[in-house]
Amino acid sequence: MLPCMPGTLWIGTRKGAFALRADAKRKTWRLAGPQFLGHIIHHIVMDPREPRTLLMAAKTGHLGPTVYRSTDRGRTWREAARPPAFRRIDHGDGKALAVERVFWLTPGHSSERGTWYAGSSPAGLFRSEDGGERWEPVAGFNDHPMRPQWIAFGTPDGELLHSIIVDPRDPQHLYVGVSIGGVFESTDGGCSWAPLNRGCEADFLPSPDAEFGHDPHTVVMSPAAPDRLYQQNHCGIYRMDRPAGTWVRIGRAMPKKIGDIGFPIVVHPRDPDTAWVFPMDGTTVWPRTSVGGKPAVYVTRDGGKSWQRQDRGLPASQAWFTVMRQAMCVDTHESVGLYFGTTSGEVWASRNGGESWTCIARHLPEIFSVTYAE
Amino acid sequence: MACTVRVASPLRSYTNGAASVTAVGGTLHEVLADLERRFPGMRFRMIDEQDRIRQHIRLFVNTQGAADLSAPVHDGDTVHLICALSGG
Repeated sequence: MLPCMPGTLWIGTRKGAFALRADAKRKTWRLAGPQFLGHIIHHIVMDPREPRTLLMAAKTGHLGPTVYRSTDRGRTWREAARPPAFRRIDHGDGKALAVERVFWLTPGHSSERGTWYAGSSPAGLFRSEDGGERWEPVAGFNDHPMRPQWIAFGTPDGELLHSIIVDPRDPQHLYVGVSIGGVFESTDGGCSWAPLNRGCEADFLPSPDAEFGHDPHTVVMSPAAPDRLYQQNHCGIYRMDRPAGTWVRIGRAMPKKIGDIGFPIVVHPRDPDTAWVFPMDGTTVWPRTSVGGKPAVYVTRDGGKSWQRQDRGLPASQAWFTVMRQAMCVDTHESVGLYFGTTSGEVWASRNGGESWTCIARHLPEIFSVTYAE
Repeated sequence: MACTVRVASPLRSYTNGAASVTAVGGTLHEVLADLERRFPGMRFRMIDEQDRIRQHIRLFVNTQGAADLSAPVHDGDTVHLICALSGG
């Protein structure tokens, strides 16, 4: 039985779901699970509109993708009646899209109870209006005539649609990130979409100023200032302040020997100028491990003008962490808690905004996601 | 047409743990439709939205591997739902 109290870290791994629950001071943590042992769990997300509800994106090595739903904080789960699936093509050429995995889950707008979005590989966007029980493809994206051009090739792990963001001021205003494809924006609830990549580099493309074809690893919106976007991209760390539509590479202010490559980026729940990244080695063949085997989080408290290293408590050497894009999160405490999980199965926690770190779980399977549920 | 269906262990959460169930249908398509009626959700884990057999699933009618769902099934046949396991 997994913990079913508020204040839980949900850990999605290659071999199942786990949960970590802290005491009131977040000093000691209790690990529970696994649930769905052996299943590939990409994302476990709480519904802020109904905090007892969680959705989980899952599959196994052989079985197709699905979504599970819990309405009792993770005690019990029920499979979606109609998991995310692309539109059926009756007379296709054998290349019609099929969901290989559900990769990302995002609750809908606060005014739209029961609405959820899901992102998949191959890159597809799906919507549920009944709490995740039945899913429909978002035709405005999946059937967009430009989609084959936008998403011309995927990552080594396939195409990924992730970072689905719903503007808290307007349920019609959506962002998504696609690896590889770029950031895309809709202002009409997903009926139409446009690339939003100006200013963002794509040094792997023949044309450095391409309109699309970029590789956003994670895109986040400040909850406190929804016009502020941050992006950890394959080509650096960026910020955008709407309504302007140009990304600015704030990663230039990172130390040169560290660089500004990584996968996750998280933003402070109340301060739009504070964000954290986990830099990784993006040189040569892209090891994607902590730079020099010395793991560190970097924080900006001025919107990316400067960055400070945060490594107190983390291993000082010979620690080759990889942190996936969904495997870093913050909580909502006054002294913000920051958490990340590694592909080597460790979960690290800071209860002081990254100033010091403690390992709160180890020996877990490869960690794909770490999310906080209030 | 009634057949016996052998269910691989990863799919038995849908059959209440049963390793073998009976189903009706004159093709694999019809047999899987019958299974889906009785065990909701089971078909999509094996067959994608374009009616293709998923990459790591194999379907056999008796000892004959099926390339698609049009394979005929006769009274008394055994349909095997196999999950191709490999690696760690």
